[in-house]
Amino acid sequence: MLSEVGILFVLASTLSSFFLIYFSLTGIKRKNNFPYKKIRNLSLLQLIFTNLSFVVLLIGYIFSDFSLVNVYENSHTTKPLFYKISGVWGNHEGSLLLWINILVLFSFLFLIKNRTVDKKFQLLTLIFQNILIIGFFIFLITTSNPFSKIFPVPQEGLGLNPILQDPALAIHPPLLYLGFVGSSIYFSLALASLICKFDGKNFARVAKTWVLISWFFQSLGILVGSIWAYYELGWGGYWFWDPVENSSLIPWFLMTALLHSILVLEKRENLYLWVIVLSILTFTMSVTGTFLVRSGILNSVHTFANDPSRGLYILVFLSIMIFSSLYIFYKFAPKEKKTGFELFSKEFFILTNNWFMIFFLITVLIGTIYPIFLEIIANEKISIGSPYYNTILAPFVIPLLLLMSYGPKANWLVYKPTRLKKSLSILFLSVFLIIIFIYFTNQKNILINLILVSSIYLIIQTFLDLLKNLSKKNFPLYASIFSHLGFGFLIFFISLNSIFSVEHDFNIKIGEKRKLENLEITLQDLKIYSEKNYKKFVGKLMIFYNKNNSVEFLNPEIRIYDQPKTITYEASIKSDVLSDTYVTMSNISRSDFYNIKFQKKPFMNLIWFSAILIAFGGFIRVLERRIK
Amino acid sequence: MKKITLGLVAIAVSFVILIFYYGLKTEKIYNTEELVGKSILEIDLKLLNENRVFNTRELTNNDFTLINFWASWCGPCRKEHKHLVYLSKNKNIKILGINLKDERSQANKFIKKMGNPYYLIASDHDGKKSIHFGVYGIPETILINKDLTIIKKYIGPIDGQDVKKILSLVSE
Repeated sequence: MLSEVGILFVLASTLSSFFLIYFSLTGIKRKNNFPYKKIRNLSLLQLIFTNLSFVVLLIGYIFSDFSLVNVYENSHTTKPLFYKISGVWGNHEGSLLLWINILVLFSFLFLIKNRTVDKKFQLLTLIFQNILIIGFFIFLITTSNPFSKIFPVPQEGLGLNPILQDPALAIHPPLLYLGFVGSSIYFSLALASLICKFDGKNFARVAKTWVLISWFFQSLGILVGSIWAYYELGWGGYWFWDPVENSSLIPWFLMTALLHSILVLEKRENLYLWVIVLSILTFTMSVTGTFLVRSGILNSVHTFANDPSRGLYILVFLSIMIFSSLYIFYKFAPKEKKTGFELFSKEFFILTNNWFMIFFLITVLIGTIYPIFLEIIANEKISIGSPYYNTILAPFVIPLLLLMSYGPKANWLVYKPTRLKKSLSILFLSVFLIIIFIYFTNQKNILINLILVSSIYLIIQTFLDLLKNLSKKNFPLYASIFSHLGFGFLIFFISLNSIFSVEHDFNIKIGEKRKLENLEITLQDLKIYSEKNYKKFVGKLMIFYNKNNSVEFLNPEIRIYDQPKTITYEASIKSDVLSDTYVTMSNISRSDFYNIKFQKKPFMNLIWFSAILIAFGGFIRVLERRIK
Repeated sequence: MKKITLGLVAIAVSFVILIFYYGLKTEKIYNTEELVGKSILEIDLKLLNENRVFNTRELTNNDFTLINFWASWCGPCRKEHKHLVYLSKNKNIKILGINLKDERSQANKFIKKMGNPYYLIASDHDGKKSIHFGVYGIPETILINKDLTIIKKYIGPIDGQDVKKILSLVSE
């Protein structure tokens, strides 16, 4: 029953898209008497159909209707309600339906929020959006139907992978999809703008809100994914340069570049074609990321069930998208008006930002897809890890940090002389602070010290700017100050974290004590508890610090889930502002020993805080535009 | 200029898409089929219960050798063991056991209880030597001939069907 209803809503929504395209096309041909109301109502109807299809799947999960293959494969009656709900998008089919829901929602919002823009531009954008919607619906129906039936109906489901049963992971995909799908709007806007020769300034005005929204959610999505990895994967790391993480980072670089260059277009009517290229590229890269993750072409921790036909479909879809965009660009791109600007003007800083972002993008993209190329061309298997990324990216962070401290306060078009004395004194102060730091810590890595100097420099400069402009109520400036400050802090704390992280790995029996450098660890006890859908073994570890005679207790867990039968290791983390104590425990088969991984991870909370500060800047900007 | 740039972009994109297409078609599941027909390396291995080093070159003395990777802690190894014991009765074939990441006492206990199909047992205590044979997990079994060429490779426990196949291969 649910299956038929779900499919019906999906088909109705797909059909609405065809009608929307038809009405928009006829609307463009008509000079006046444009059927706005009809189109808006149809778009609303489509939104309702799409949302209802999602609700149907949700009901399937909440009431454990195992007649749906998707529910049977990914849910279980004993699962807590919260994870039954988040299970809807914890798998390929359901998450694709969520993706389409957001796509339809954004198209509708675009339509009602931009009532006053040029009709042809608006309708063309709607047409492109609906072509995308149809494309994703066909993908859903032909290769990834969440409403497929199973008969006879199984009594019980197979369960959701326990490592996905986590609050952070419940919100991580929706946040990322808001970012990814948000970029579809400016993809369509860019193509529409090219075709109807829309003027750059107005294009920037319409597109900017969507760039900000997608950037904001993308930033939060990446942050939450990172927090999940830290708490749940049990390695004590928060960024692994995993291909799937990279696929979310690549569009983020582009969004960041766009966020800056679109300002130039809005204020100076410059860089029109560059902004168009970035707009098209962002969504293209989002879909490429989707391809890499879901086709099974890469192996990573994010395992979606692999099915080559899915990969093939996205690849064909992606090719059509890219080649149509190239054709439209070739056919309609106007000649760029050349308008100059001085060295160290705002345009200069923004363009520099863009080149840095593109450099980071290329580095990460190559690191992600190079293994595929090598395997196909030379039949060699390699794996590219953090040494590659750190070696190539880290040195370039230094000039970026320094330039970021000037960008927000530079003038348009012309160079505004900065007070050299002030800048130099801040630089000396930063160097002085690091010399003291080196004296006390004996930290001799030149690269890290230089990164620390430049991040401190950015933090001080930006902080002074904030103080200076506190009374001006200049919200766009605050937005960039907060984001830049956040970035300065982020790099600063990541560097310190990498220097001061401590790790000990050893085996221990119950009742035994292990002496380490400045502390002693005792595994005092192990208790077994039965929870609703798993059993857990909770260790009681006492950590005694020699330095100040203090004691800390941690309780890492080994969980054995019933459905599917899986063992997971839950880290026990004692977290305060300055440092995290992170312990995981795993059993060693056929022995009384337990493997303990003990880590001290300084400044983790401050790393999260810095990332939030970056996103907060974007939030201020969105809010300010809403109020306006 | 615009034409040339866009043309180059189109060519580059086509190339990437082509690679992705072939990438989709390649087998991602762990497969060692390609090892068949290649020779095993000449490697020194410690014997489990004798204080001497054994080199795989010595296997050229046997017509056929079945190299079996096992451990006492491995459940599936227990399951396939009776098939190995059955195979060991065939005169054409010698079975070399490579005991992986195991304790000597536990390994011997296992053999005592389940029977010893091996004419030699080597020990790979830290699992590093087995990598040279293309072995990642256990049990795995490799059938080689006099020239040390791999004829067949099994991933996971062997069963009755595999036993028949092996016997037909060594009787040819």
